[in-house]
Amino acid sequence: MTAQTAQQPAAPLTGEGVRQPPKPVSSSGIPIPVVATADMLRDAALEAPGIYPFTRGIFRDGYRGRLWTFRQYSGFGTAEESNQRYRFLLEQGQTGLSVALDLPTQCGYDPVDPMARSEVGKVGVSLSTLADAEVLFDGIDLARISTSFTINGTAAIIYAMYLAVADKHGVPREKLTGTIQNDILKEYVARGTWIFPVKPSMRLIADTILFSNDVTPRFNPISIAGAHVHDAGATAAEEMGYTLANGLAYVDELRRRGGDVEKFGKRLSFFFYVHTDFFDEVCKFRAARRIWARLMRERYGVQDARAQHFRFGVVCGGSSLVSAQPYNNIIRVTIETMAAVLGGAQSIFTCAYDEPFQIPTEFSAELALRTQQIIAYESGIAKTVDPLGGSYFIEQHTDRMEQAILTVMQEIDDYGGVIKAIEDGWLQMRIAERARERKLMTDCGETIVVGQNAFRRADQNDDFGEVFRLDPQASTRVIERYGSVKARRDNIELERTLARLQQAAAQEDENLMPYLIDCCHAYATVGEMVQRLKARWGEFQEPVRL
Amino acid sequence: MTDATQLHALRGRRILIAKPGLDGHDVGAKVIALALRDAGAEVIYTGLRKSPEYIARVAVEEGVDAVGLSVLSGSHRELVADTVNYLRRAGATGVRVFVGGTIPAEDLEYLRSLGVRGIYTSAMPLDDVVASVAQALAEQTT
Repeated sequence: MTAQTAQQPAAPLTGEGVRQPPKPVSSSGIPIPVVATADMLRDAALEAPGIYPFTRGIFRDGYRGRLWTFRQYSGFGTAEESNQRYRFLLEQGQTGLSVALDLPTQCGYDPVDPMARSEVGKVGVSLSTLADAEVLFDGIDLARISTSFTINGTAAIIYAMYLAVADKHGVPREKLTGTIQNDILKEYVARGTWIFPVKPSMRLIADTILFSNDVTPRFNPISIAGAHVHDAGATAAEEMGYTLANGLAYVDELRRRGGDVEKFGKRLSFFFYVHTDFFDEVCKFRAARRIWARLMRERYGVQDARAQHFRFGVVCGGSSLVSAQPYNNIIRVTIETMAAVLGGAQSIFTCAYDEPFQIPTEFSAELALRTQQIIAYESGIAKTVDPLGGSYFIEQHTDRMEQAILTVMQEIDDYGGVIKAIEDGWLQMRIAERARERKLMTDCGETIVVGQNAFRRADQNDDFGEVFRLDPQASTRVIERYGSVKARRDNIELERTLARLQQAAAQEDENLMPYLIDCCHAYATVGEMVQRLKARWGEFQEPVRL
Repeated sequence: MTDATQLHALRGRRILIAKPGLDGHDVGAKVIALALRDAGAEVIYTGLRKSPEYIARVAVEEGVDAVGLSVLSGSHRELVADTVNYLRRAGATGVRVFVGGTIPAEDLEYLRSLGVRGIYTSAMPLDDVVASVAQALAEQTT
């Protein structure tokens, strides 16, 4: 207190800052006991980490053998600008790349398409041909750095492009590590970058996974993601329930295609959002690990433990971050990262504090990476495996979370399965209803968001910090390279590869990956490849329900 | 949970909620659509990935009083300007335009200069959004 405020009588304190303690129920609607005791546990015996069903983690030594991958989602404008940001992040100690692609690339439009014109390079980098990918990965050792692509509708194409770049770098394909998200089912529900109808989309996903298992055995050809439905409004339990249900749909499709679950099961990975409800987040991972392991063993007879493993990456932040007093977001992300580590994540992306309103600046991106490094190297929480394991409350909450997740999965089964639920728009409607509930709870103050609907200062002037500015010439330069690549391609070879792709698309049992790789090597554009596939498969018709 | 006074604030109004461009984040648009409907409006939702030209055409064909555009991809300047132009070209100058999404403060003035009547971000309470839309539409009638 300064001398001045001590002398002047302050405005009387109204007690408005004093609030009722939060209700004893978690964000997923699970009751929270005053105190948890031994008799509340369903099963007192807890297996060791690395032992089926892996509640305490898939590895015996947790993070002692290897820390999680620090993987910051990044990309904007031209391939040159993004390459520069990647090099910066790698120099700062980031251990894997995560490529953000612009919407035209994600939705299968060339940068000159009327639908794409205003979106080029905005939410990610534009990759329209192999030439862009060559620039993006310039000077980056693809044999050592793993790269994750948040790509779905055009995942097979971007994966093909990555293989083509590796070919150009002379890196053997079997050495490649990384991930393509490649999870179309949740795109229909929450993220919206679908292109083709469900059936050919599932085929394309099976093609990538079966091809990858043989050709890039260290690569994750799918990351089944609940993140976006959680961020959109679903609770942690629903996020997990929907995601595991989608996972089963992919397993069924792969088995239908003749895939061996013992083999492809080892390369299925998952992806989630971590929001601020600490124990819901920790326990959803502990519960999901054992649900997935049991499903793989009991439903599909999987014997190899590695094919029972529930491996996952996370993103911390998203819609749990707000524009009001944005520096508070740093604290939120810290709590969320702690939950991710205590939940046993294999890779973590921490959002920057300014992401609710802009692409992170170099400063805010570095701060987000530092958050992970401080937790990894200073806090000590990664020194022992599953340090929360055995706590009465954690084990009880894990049990209850497991029940909540299984209930969600049962509801989907009762409806007729995820694919029907998506094609009917039923799941989309449920997410929208949840989003409205979450919004109304925040509007009325039942859910507290510090600095936004509680503890606001009368004179609050939200300080947004440094402003990120996208180079206004970026889209011009993207279109220039696109034009020059098109002008110097071998058009005969191009047409040959595209025609073969279109033919192969008509044959259901043909794996499209070799055809797509040929197209990429011939510098076909993403839009050209998508057009050929659309000609065979048509487009997804969105069920619009309110 | 809409305030009792707002229960009928939008009765008889037709409102088009639209997603221009390629942005796939539609939860905000749907939540707003539900809130406007609860307040008595007849709400039409376009679904994802619509061109400004298409949105303007639907607005005219459906004879709506207002169009709400939801953009979270950073392309709001171009997409809103294009939609407003197509509406103007179609002679639909009476249609009120609202914008929701991730809109930086520095773009507010530009959007208002295009004639946008309300700009809403995710932090704004739904009741306030409904009240703002109702007020803009009431001004139109008087």
